[in-house]
Amino acid sequence: MAELNISERQAGDVTVLDMSGKITIGEGSVALRSAIRRLLEEGRKKILLNLAGVGYIDSSGIGELVSSYTAINKDGGQLKLLNLTQKLQDLLTITKLLTVFDVYESESDALNSFK
Amino acid sequence: MRLTRLIVTGEKTLFRFPSRIEAVNEAAASVAGILNNLGTTDDLKFAVDMAVREAVTNAVLHGNRLDESKAVVLQVLTSSDALEILIDDEGSGFKPEDVPDPTAAENILKTSGRGIFFMRNFMDTVDWSVRPEGGTRVRLTKKL
Repeated sequence: MAELNISERQAGDVTVLDMSGKITIGEGSVALRSAIRRLLEEGRKKILLNLAGVGYIDSSGIGELVSSYTAINKDGGQLKLLNLTQKLQDLLTITKLLTVFDVYESESDALNSFK
Repeated sequence: MRLTRLIVTGEKTLFRFPSRIEAVNEAAASVAGILNNLGTTDDLKFAVDMAVREAVTNAVLHGNRLDESKAVVLQVLTSSDALEILIDDEGSGFKPEDVPDPTAAENILKTSGRGIFFMRNFMDTVDWSVRPEGGTRVRLTKKL
């Protein structure tokens, strides 16, 4: 089984990536990077990462989230985060990245925020 | 080089890993097995897992530069009230004080440089030393 599973759906002009597994050095980080690159190449720049199923992330995975955020912003798009686990929220808090990312607990609130 | 579990005693376990990315998961699983046997809390398991992954990542990537002929050696020493983990690489070492604070405003959006921060955050003590035979040792401790 893949370390990180990503399934994609469209909600209006927002692409939602439902993710489950681990975003860690190697396979997990690469999977996230590839997914974001492909969406940008396809011109899909409003991206919501549903992290409800991501139980584990390491510094490489955090770095990949930052890299995705800056790449999408640079391309004139927006990246937002949905359904952080408590552990991931704690990690973003101590790294002060919770002040950088736009984070939501409700998908409808997240989707409305793109408008 | 294959993963080998060389020594198992009541208090000390030693593993040797080839320097490849897979060593990170293998090392974390090895330590988790020991902590499971000790019956530690989930929070402690998570904290140690985070720190071990970051330390082994640094040893594999920065110490041994993914050279599979070089080993990362992991030692886990347990006592009734403490855990000590030693991770050795064959690299040329570094100065931890030269690593910038990843939470400083100018570094928050950097894509790397949080590994040592996580180690320090999740363990009670973290220190580095140069081994007499060459290479770097990181020592992590945590009260049980």
